[in-house]
Amino acid sequence: MPRTTTSRTRPRSAPTAPAADDAPSAAQELAFYRQMVFIRRFEERAARAYTEARIGGYCHLNLGEEATVTGLMSALRAEDYVFTNYREHGYALARGIAPERIMAELYGRSDGVSKGWGGSMHLFDLEARFMGGYGIVGGQLPLATGAALAIDYRGGDEAVVCLMGDGTTNIGAFHESLNLAAIWKLPIVYVIVNNGLGMGTTVEEASAEPELHRRAAAYRMASARVDGNDPIAVREAAATALASARAGAPFLLEAVSGRLKGHSVVDPARYRSREEVEAARAADPIAGYAARLLESARLSEQQIADAERDADRAVAAAVAFAEASPHPDPETLFDYTYATPVPNDSRRRPGEALFLAMPAASTAASVNGATA
Amino acid sequence: MTVTSYRQALHDALREELLRDEDVLLMGEEIGRFEGSYKITAGLLAEFGAKRVRDTPIAEEGFTGAAVGAAMLGLRPVVEIMTINFSLLALDQIVNHAAKIYGMFGGQARVPLVIRTPGGGGQQLGATHSQNVELYYAFVPGLKVVAPATPADAKALMLAAIRDDDPVLVLENLALYNTSGEVPDDLEPAEIGRAAVTRTGSDVTIVAYSRMAVVALEVAERLAAEGIDAEVVDLRSLRPLDRDTIIASVRKTNCAVVLEDDWLTYGIGAEIAATIGDGAFDWLDAPVRRVAMAEVPMPYAKSLELAALPSADDAAAAIRETVDAVARRR
Ligand SMILES: Cc1ncc(C[n+]2csc(CCOP(=O)(O)OP(=O)(O)O)c2C)c(N)n1
Ligand SMILES: [Mg+2]
Repeated sequence: MPRTTTSRTRPRSAPTAPAADDAPSAAQELAFYRQMVFIRRFEERAARAYTEARIGGYCHLNLGEEATVTGLMSALRAEDYVFTNYREHGYALARGIAPERIMAELYGRSDGVSKGWGGSMHLFDLEARFMGGYGIVGGQLPLATGAALAIDYRGGDEAVVCLMGDGTTNIGAFHESLNLAAIWKLPIVYVIVNNGLGMGTTVEEASAEPELHRRAAAYRMASARVDGNDPIAVREAAATALASARAGAPFLLEAVSGRLKGHSVVDPARYRSREEVEAARAADPIAGYAARLLESARLSEQQIADAERDADRAVAAAVAFAEASPHPDPETLFDYTYATPVPNDSRRRPGEALFLAMPAASTAASVNGATA
Repeated sequence: MTVTSYRQALHDALREELLRDEDVLLMGEEIGRFEGSYKITAGLLAEFGAKRVRDTPIAEEGFTGAAVGAAMLGLRPVVEIMTINFSLLALDQIVNHAAKIYGMFGGQARVPLVIRTPGGGGQQLGATHSQNVELYYAFVPGLKVVAPATPADAKALMLAAIRDDDPVLVLENLALYNTSGEVPDDLEPAEIGRAAVTRTGSDVTIVAYSRMAVVALEVAERLAAEGIDAEVVDLRSLRPLDRDTIIASVRKTNCAVVLEDDWLTYGIGAEIAATIGDGAFDWLDAPVRRVAMAEVPMPYAKSLELAALPSADDAAAAIRETVDAVARRR
């Protein structure tokens, strides 16, 4: 379908990933495996840092979603945009942002991707076109839709990928956004990362149509469901979805995987039955992928060992960098309230008085000295 | 008298009301099987079943609005909104419907709805999850907003809220859930709209609510050792606001400091200060001081978050300065 835009053509950069119908090369398969292992190790290390109180706030991990993360991100071009929710470390890593700067953000340090202002839930990096993790469920959907509008408005060839969880499909913003994207024919792929659970609520309990991709029908939007434990399948599905989006037909893709741990690091997930947890573990995307590749001799024990060793090293380096990075200086507290300097912006510290009190020997001296 | 946590006191109030009145039901995200994000509703699904303890999808606007509608037909829904930050998705239903229906239809329909939701920063949850926006609700006629600081008040105000025929927002606080205090066994529902003098003193009035009312008492004890005798007014209700209790105290002490966990400009403290200006102008010996959050989106990093939040030290310093200013004037 031709895009109905004011097509101002822009120079295209070369796709970062080969076309999806190419069978993956052995090198790509290995690269996928290594990336999945790296995300796994990064997340496990983040969990440890959290329990050691090096990381605060909420910390949600991609454990169990590594194949979805890897497959999806590999289908994007460098100039495409990504919006996610708060469960986003893996996407940021796969997008090529330095692990050091991601870990430093989790630590709340000044070298973090968001300078320590965002934390685990709010990673951001303009260069990687990683447009933010967002902590309000569904909050990223209208934003991503608007980014697609901006691309379309300028006649660009980029696309937007907007990630969300299964539970997010029940919030009003989901429906409003899909409808907008459909009527405006925006270059966007909405991706439901279906890990089976909101926090403790299952998809079946929360969603009247538990085959979530089918919700696209209400907007006459193309959609598909893919095995989120298979990075190659995810990559292919994402490539199809992106091609559709670039042609002006937004797409809803659902990737089904599992959640290996609690909703966040502090959640012991007692509400899950032993069978459920075992089923999720049995479907571990990394173990499954490795087994398949090993079986057909496309991966060796040595390569597995190398992948693990390299991941551990890279993660250790990220932690060392984060540990060494300075805490943000309290003097910078007022640096980011407004982008445009404005008179009378409040820079009062919590205990500070608005106005200086009357001087001791009440000489009727000026008391207009607002401390602002 | 039993020593109970704030969390348990809220739980007990919900349970007693579920037992007492068939029309009471609980709704919210993760309140059943997950037992509540902050475990206030632990065990209630097992005891009362899914009809009365309803897990909802993530749909704040939808289920809060649905609770308003159910209340119009006489049910008494108690909605949990996981934190006050997410209540913003339901702002329209709360402000445009819950608060308006009684008046807009000439008193024909009532909305006996309770919205329970915690505020509170200081947990490194970042800009969107650390806000204290109770002001948005306290601003609206037709809503009642209560903000208990102690376990006894948490229970008594929750009981009152559920039995009230108007929509009541009960502001809980993340930092108070684990605090404990005495709760009388035969506790009666509180009267909504009344502040309490939780410490009597003669030198300065400290006005606060929710977590800051607890900080106020701590600071008052600390200052007592320095010879400053502070009176503490715990607002307990933000709308209606018990102005008389504030004014009576300030007319006695001749000065006041407001401690608030929200932003200063246009905040709850601004209303308190204006009230004192109206009702105790001739009694004042110092400007009304406000201790409040720095006016920035809350940063995640601990060093910045600490700098942005009002501390007990900030409060103590402001109170000392106020008492000094009074001394200079006299
Ligand atoms: C508007 C809003 N309501 C509630 C929450 C609390 N909350 C955080 S994550 C979550 C569950 C989201 O589930 P899903 O969309 O499946 O994503 P997952 O966490 O499984 O990746 C909830 C209810 C929130 N952050 N924002
Ligand atoms: Mg989920």
